[in-house]
Amino acid sequence: MELGRHFVVANEKGIHARVAARITEVAQRFRSEIWLEKDGNRVNGKSVLDVLSLACPRGTDVRVVAIGPDAKDALDAIADLFRKKFGET
Amino acid sequence: MKKMKQTKLKGIGVSQGIAIGKAFVVKRGRISIPYYLLWNEEAREEECRRFEEAVREVENEFLKLKQSIRSDLQEYASLLDVYCMILRDHLIYDETLRLIRHKGLNVLWALNVTMEKVRKIFESVDDTCLLDRMSDVGSVVDRVMRRLSGQHQSIFSTITERAILVTHDLSPADAVQLQLEKVMAFVLDMGGRTSHTAIIASSLDIPAVVATERATKEICPGDLLIVDGTSGDVIIRPDESTIQEYVELQFSLESYLREISRQAPHLAITKDGHRIRVEANVELLEDVVLAKDNGAEGIGLYRTEFAFMNREDFPTEEELYQDYRQMAELMAPHSVTIRTLDIGAEKLSPWLPIPPETNPALGLRSVRLCLKYPEIFKMQLRAILRAGAGLKNVRLMFPLVSGIDELRVLKALVRETKEELQRKRIPFDEDMPVGIMVEVPSAVAVADLLASEVDFFSIGTNDLIQYTLAVDRHNEYVAHMFESLHPALLRMIKFTVDAAHKAGIPVSLCGEMSGEPFYVPVLLGLDVDVLSMNAQSIPRVKNLIRRSSRVECRKFVENVLLMKTASDINRALKELVACQFPEEYNFFKSGFPDPGETIYEKR
Repeated sequence: MELGRHFVVANEKGIHARVAARITEVAQRFRSEIWLEKDGNRVNGKSVLDVLSLACPRGTDVRVVAIGPDAKDALDAIADLFRKKFGET
Repeated sequence: MKKMKQTKLKGIGVSQGIAIGKAFVVKRGRISIPYYLLWNEEAREEECRRFEEAVREVENEFLKLKQSIRSDLQEYASLLDVYCMILRDHLIYDETLRLIRHKGLNVLWALNVTMEKVRKIFESVDDTCLLDRMSDVGSVVDRVMRRLSGQHQSIFSTITERAILVTHDLSPADAVQLQLEKVMAFVLDMGGRTSHTAIIASSLDIPAVVATERATKEICPGDLLIVDGTSGDVIIRPDESTIQEYVELQFSLESYLREISRQAPHLAITKDGHRIRVEANVELLEDVVLAKDNGAEGIGLYRTEFAFMNREDFPTEEELYQDYRQMAELMAPHSVTIRTLDIGAEKLSPWLPIPPETNPALGLRSVRLCLKYPEIFKMQLRAILRAGAGLKNVRLMFPLVSGIDELRVLKALVRETKEELQRKRIPFDEDMPVGIMVEVPSAVAVADLLASEVDFFSIGTNDLIQYTLAVDRHNEYVAHMFESLHPALLRMIKFTVDAAHKAGIPVSLCGEMSGEPFYVPVLLGLDVDVLSMNAQSIPRVKNLIRRSSRVECRKFVENVLLMKTASDINRALKELVACQFPEEYNFFKSGFPDPGETIYEKR
């Protein structure tokens, strides 16, 4: 199953190291492949450096794609991070 | 030894305050990285094992550090987890092993190649913040390299008496090993406003200057230093009179800041007896705590966009109501001004069919979008109207209104919504004040007409400047033209305020201009009634209001309105501030906003 959803980076500091790590950590819990896309670039959501290299300041529109048996759960879990601004302001 | 003369270094001040003390200089020698090839498989496997072992050891080091971390730096504990993840990231861990196994590179060289690759990826990205992030990766890899070459003593733990730490760069892993109570100030060659050192230093109230470029070269161990974390000045081997000057400055800055925050909860009344209400701009319920702590006398702008972002299902009326109601209860009896949804169409794309727009800033956004989807809009209106029931402290505010027709349609929807609530016998505030944001130039031009049909105005300077000057301040080629003190803008504020007062309604200002303390004389002189800003700015703004006289500010503005350019106005304001608020000016002059000036004068 392949699913995709758009998110907006809403915390003040954008996706910095700690936030990237949280995304990666959640992504690694699932069997599905997780990809993050921005402006035509696609990176592996299970690699903290990949996620960081996407450079997403506040306001960036990111598409998250999950491919695999647990794609829906994975997307829901990642959505939860974005919705809670990764626990930041 | 010859006594050397006083010299000065300039960096970026990232944590305010002044420190005077001896330098503790930490220099790290470079590791020499040998290059050789391993020809047989056994040697390669052995090299891989060395690497894995080193990674494990560094990982253990991080975990140990994490357990011993001071309670006020707990936030950094999670950074150490991040470091562990970086260590095991496929770009570093897998790639290094691959280079050893398949190319036969020795481990240090392989790691060096990996690091360069990562650096290339990061550098290809156009984002200055990433450079700060790159230093995290660098410091993690550096640790593994030191481990592999047998130098893993932490030099930072050798600081034994109170001193000013001078070093090339400081990673959080280094910082947590420091005995921070011994650090009087930080001086770094590297770093930026968003670097970890900046965050650590300001959370612990330790003065810090970063990006000096040459500090570790110019400063010798034991040198006497003065660090001014506000201006970014570092004075090396100061003479007697400079020391004296800074000792006094240090003392007065500390008592100044203490006094300002002590006064923050009190009203802001000018010397000639006019009260100016100072309110906070907030986005989430949690923001209320900081707003109240800093002395906010209400919420002047409650942004409601967040509840509509990053979720799969659409928010329900009940959810919105709960948020708004809690905000109203927390702030009562102070008022809470709730701005209706102010987003671009693209943000609603998960739920609605949204056509792509070529020019979104001038497109289907804000109230225009709400009018296209009246059901969504009415749901929000219901939540807002209900939130004020009984409390009567909620105000409703429409953004981006451009003229009377639009306003009337919006008000008709409010009427309709009220009737529906009444029919269903749901309690709400029947007399809720309704206002608009004045942020489109056409709204300024017809401000007199709009004023007779609303209960209040709030001037949104960010958008008003963008639309008036036709400048996107995030576009680096024109950002210098984003001039808050442009004569056009000051005239527009003046016209808007006059129209409002003639109609007998109050005006607030909720753009970033309000939160800039140095603009206080201008805004008071323009007769703005309420200033709404980020909570952090409130204490300083209130302090300057108390030190101003409205009559004098009005005279100043009369004069300023005759000036022809933003740089003239800026210069006049700088003079006034320096003369009226000498303390504020002396402490914070390095942060004085200087829009455009340098660029136009150079030409």
